[in-house]
Amino acid sequence: MEPDEDLGQIADEIYANGDETSQRHRPIISGEQLDIELYAALYSGRTKIMRLLFIADRCGNASMQLEALRMAYDEIKKGENTQLFREVVQKIDGRLGPNYGPDPAWSDAVDRRAELRKEKLENELNAYRTNLIKESIRMGYNDFGDFYYAHGQLGEAFKNYVRTRDYCTTAKHIIHMCLNAILVSIEMGQFTHVASYVSKAEQSQDALESLTVAKLRCAAGLANLEAKKYKLAARKFLEVGPELGNNYTEVIAPQDVATYGGLCALASFDRAELKSKVIDNINFRNFLELVPEIRELIHDFYTSHYATCLEYLGNLKANLLLDIHLHDHVETLYDQIRNKALIQYTHPFVSVDLNMMANAFKTSVAGLEKELEALITDNQIQARIDSHNKILYARHADQRNATFQKVLQTGREFDRDVRSMLLRANLLKHDHILRASRKH
Amino acid sequence: MNLNMNSVESLVAQIQGLSSNASDVTQLHNFLKQSEELLHSDFARLLSSLAELDPNTHSLGFLYILEACMSFPAAKEQVNELLVSVVRFINSCAAEQIRLAPDKFISVCKRFKDQVILLEAPIRGVASMLTAVRKLQSSSEQLTTLHPDFLLLCVLAKCYKTGITVLEDDIYEIDQPRDFFLYCYYGGMVCIGQKQFRKALELLHNVVTAPMSTLNAIAVEAYKKYILVSLIHLGQFSTSFPKYTSSVAQRNLKTYAQPYLELASSYGSGKIAELETFVQTNKEKFETDNNLGLVMQVVSSMYKRNIQRLTQTYLTLSLQDIANTVQLRGPKEAEMHVLQMIEDGEIYATINQKDGMVRFLEDPEQYKTCGMIEHIDSSIKRIMVLSKKLTSMDELMSCDPMYLAKVGREKQRFDFDDFDSVPQKFTV
Repeated sequence: MEPDEDLGQIADEIYANGDETSQRHRPIISGEQLDIELYAALYSGRTKIMRLLFIADRCGNASMQLEALRMAYDEIKKGENTQLFREVVQKIDGRLGPNYGPDPAWSDAVDRRAELRKEKLENELNAYRTNLIKESIRMGYNDFGDFYYAHGQLGEAFKNYVRTRDYCTTAKHIIHMCLNAILVSIEMGQFTHVASYVSKAEQSQDALESLTVAKLRCAAGLANLEAKKYKLAARKFLEVGPELGNNYTEVIAPQDVATYGGLCALASFDRAELKSKVIDNINFRNFLELVPEIRELIHDFYTSHYATCLEYLGNLKANLLLDIHLHDHVETLYDQIRNKALIQYTHPFVSVDLNMMANAFKTSVAGLEKELEALITDNQIQARIDSHNKILYARHADQRNATFQKVLQTGREFDRDVRSMLLRANLLKHDHILRASRKH
Repeated sequence: MNLNMNSVESLVAQIQGLSSNASDVTQLHNFLKQSEELLHSDFARLLSSLAELDPNTHSLGFLYILEACMSFPAAKEQVNELLVSVVRFINSCAAEQIRLAPDKFISVCKRFKDQVILLEAPIRGVASMLTAVRKLQSSSEQLTTLHPDFLLLCVLAKCYKTGITVLEDDIYEIDQPRDFFLYCYYGGMVCIGQKQFRKALELLHNVVTAPMSTLNAIAVEAYKKYILVSLIHLGQFSTSFPKYTSSVAQRNLKTYAQPYLELASSYGSGKIAELETFVQTNKEKFETDNNLGLVMQVVSSMYKRNIQRLTQTYLTLSLQDIANTVQLRGPKEAEMHVLQMIEDGEIYATINQKDGMVRFLEDPEQYKTCGMIEHIDSSIKRIMVLSKKLTSMDELMSCDPMYLAKVGREKQRFDFDDFDSVPQKFTV
């Protein structure tokens, strides 16, 4: 009697692999709408506006869109970017009442002020240049960069920041220049520039401040993420120090570090690396605390509770799609994470009951079969599906046979290549002789 | 001298008298060269004189007269008579005699081939041309000018098996690049006819990658077929050329084979329906290239490839599922395909008709049989011979004065150390 019960229990446990969280009373946050105000509070400067506009473009929800636009409008009014202001006004299209109209008085005033300031800066710079004071010229260019950046002329800003390079006298100046260039490049979406200026900054002779290091890590992580090098991106994000805090909000919030780093790590690391570099990483744990969902799903993944992990991911998806940097990569990252989960699940077994597995992944057997098929075809899982009995059997390649096959194949290829090479050599020789005889 | 009516008789007499030993034959050869003019004057007389000669003992003389005969425009009955004597001659002539005048022999064979094709009876020429090729060859490694003509006849007469016998010899010595191009192209077609796609691929590959200074039509056509055969045999096609391909080919071939490259990319997507619509819309282009049949084989190979892929992933699968994934019309058709593939040894499986399941098995080859060991042994031997050949060729090349002169000229431009590959004793 008792053994039977035990067996039943064990079977239940296996069956519930990944499903027992229901008893572990972890609240799974439903796919609630993004709280824009909370979100926007994480950022400052231009990225805040751009992120809000991005959400407005993507959310497909009128009230949310207007909310985002309203906040963007307010934020722009604090700055001097009249070009962006006009765009936002056009997007609002009078839907937010008279307070959010095209305020011509404001924009004219700003433009006039900008004109004056530009003239002043030009005069100053010219004066510095005639006097050939290096430090002043650098400052002049830097001011120009700041000016253009504030007015949204990113290309010009980038040029002026980079120009300061010739007048940098200390390592500190160079790092300052690099950080400015990185900031503008990120805003422009020029991530190759980002990567190159990060490496330039890291080559500096002086020891960098830990905050600067953290900033550079973030920038490098973003550049790798954009380049779809998820593993490298994960490493960079994981190396970000706790000094970052809220000091780089014009680019990235610490919450983002946790999200980007966590997802990239899940998608690209193997179990051991996940354990050592993510879960046991004290630094990164602080970041993860800021985004409990990501922390939970990483733990679920590691402890093989795939269903909850995937559920968390599903809930987060809508919001991640509204992220200005991550949106393009969400699908790929999710696919990779899911595939990883499937591979890990099948790895220890000789045979797997597809019904149980489908249950653990909360999917249908037919759908699971399709996914497994794709993975097997890709040679990511060494197994074969018994579609009749719905069982997955691991398949251990016969090394001996494979070697024989490979040897014969190589032999055939060598044979073929050598023969065609001899032929070509003879043809060339013929051509050579022909030309020689023609000459004489 | 009376070089008139009876001089043909005297010629015949000379031939009969001077065919016994080697020195006589050389003398006869000189004599024949001088009588060129006479030979081309009287067709009727010449034709009748053939009867007085024996093609075996008087091969050289027979050849000269035959060549002269064939250069006249002839009426239909005479053509027939002439062809019969050519066949008789080729079959019984003495190889050492005809090799004294290879261009005459080649010209006779080429005219013979043209006539046979004109009569729309290419099969009449296949056997004789094979004999001709063998008699003209000094070694089995030599490519003669007659090779492509013989293969062309094989293709036209659909005698692929006969063609394969010649293709089995490895060719290394080449006189004319054009012969080589045609040999490989027709050879490829013969192999395609015999469904020996690997060999076909090899031959067509040789054409595409052969060194050339200007693009030629043979290479373009070969490239088209190369794409198709590659899809049938390998299931994929890589658009990049090997780096030893001539730059002309690398630059230009693709522009001439656009529909084929599109076909390859459509094949790569793995979707049958897409491929079929593409073939339908471009049917005319393939038809004008005479490649429609091959294109159809490409389409059907896709079914096979998709089924083969299933064997990698499934242990058992119902016929219905196979039909669905491979996009066949129903389980019946799927069963036909699977059965055919089992028969051809392309997959290992058993069909359970009771519940409509197919059980895929592993390759039963265990590499333990005597046959397999013999096969491996012979492969090793073959490759050893080949690598010896490679070494000797390398040595020959490094002793070739022309090569050394060229390398020496280039050497002045470089540092002394850059040319370690040249044997030290030959440093110029």
